[in-house]
Amino acid sequence: MNIPADLKYSREHEWVRFEGAEASIGITDYAQHALGDIVFVELPEVGEEVSAGEAFAVVESVKAASDVYSPVSGKITKVNERLFTSPELVNSDPYGSWFVIVLMSDPGELDTLLSAEEYDKFCEEE
Amino acid sequence: MDGQAIYCLMCYPDGGVVDDILVYRFGPEDFFLVVNAANTDKDYNWLTQNNIDGVEISNISKDLAQLALQGPLAEKILQVLTETDLKSLKFFHILCDVKVAGSKCMVSRTGYTGEDGFEIYTNPNNASALWDALLEAGKPYGVVPAGLGARDTLRMEACLPLYGHELSPDITPIEAGLGKFVKFEKPDFIGRVALAAELSKGPARKLAGFEMKERGIPRACYPVESGGREIGFVTSGGYSPTLKKNIGLALIEAGCAEQGSKIDVVIRGKRLTAVIVRIPFYKKHYK
Repeated sequence: MNIPADLKYSREHEWVRFEGAEASIGITDYAQHALGDIVFVELPEVGEEVSAGEAFAVVESVKAASDVYSPVSGKITKVNERLFTSPELVNSDPYGSWFVIVLMSDPGELDTLLSAEEYDKFCEEE
Repeated sequence: MDGQAIYCLMCYPDGGVVDDILVYRFGPEDFFLVVNAANTDKDYNWLTQNNIDGVEISNISKDLAQLALQGPLAEKILQVLTETDLKSLKFFHILCDVKVAGSKCMVSRTGYTGEDGFEIYTNPNNASALWDALLEAGKPYGVVPAGLGARDTLRMEACLPLYGHELSPDITPIEAGLGKFVKFEKPDFIGRVALAAELSKGPARKLAGFEMKERGIPRACYPVESGGREIGFVTSGGYSPTLKKNIGLALIEAGCAEQGSKIDVVIRGKRLTAVIVRIPFYKKHYK
């Protein structure tokens, strides 16, 4: 299982890549594998506010629809429209397939997330 | 005919469905019923409660395992494991004494995928070895294990009803578009009066197939609207890999079920446009 060292992870299997107050968010390799073939992604609108722990997107596999939770709070500045036409990218390239970019209102929230090493351990226990 | 199967709907007096089942005739007085596994006890109780003199009913579910080998290459693969000529086994027929990979089996040319294929019945103790043998024999042909999700996609594309979705105690065979399996020319059966009445005045609801026109995947139980008014609900839905479209089946007011009609499927609070299309979505010629 692929867990890049430079990202932060949530216990709901989202990843965060951050630079300054900007965070891009996606779902992990573990999550895409557990879901199976992803056939649909629903994303919020640019400008919407999200809070940490709140569902902001939906991924649908062949079998079911699942919520995606935001690991951080802030305002959505960009959504990845490529996922509308090619949702399967989430399977083939989970860490390249960001869902949204969020301008974080409280970058301190990153400290509550897991490191790659911690996430690896967390997945083993799941 | 001995060795032949028919698809049957077992109904309540009001026309609702107890279960949809396959009935095989082994002999003039010997029948084998294949029911939905989740309904085994309910069906057994229903049959026993409504039994007539001289008929013996037994529940042999625990003594039989079933494996399904499905797809256009099924005959080729299964033939590797048996000396019985499978070409002569026609659709909806069963052979009761077939050796498959050394195990005694019953083999029927049936399935729940909308493709050619076989269902193989054997003693549960042989099932695991038979599974391995099928995967091994099928390897050169690209056989893969398929779970419920894959099977559900296939049966939905072929519009084969799933009990609890397109059929239930609250949905009649007439509403579900399965009227051709209700044989009014036969002697009495449970539900006859209600079903005949429904057929003569036309069902209030109909099962219709639809294709999403806007981005969204319909799922079972989502409401269906027309002009802002609720007209029914989705019974099954999902992405169709064969058609590369989002499709579904819905039980809706009969007047709204015409081909080409627009409907709205309410997905997570949003109304998304869909259009009624001809079903089945996908059709395959059986052997």
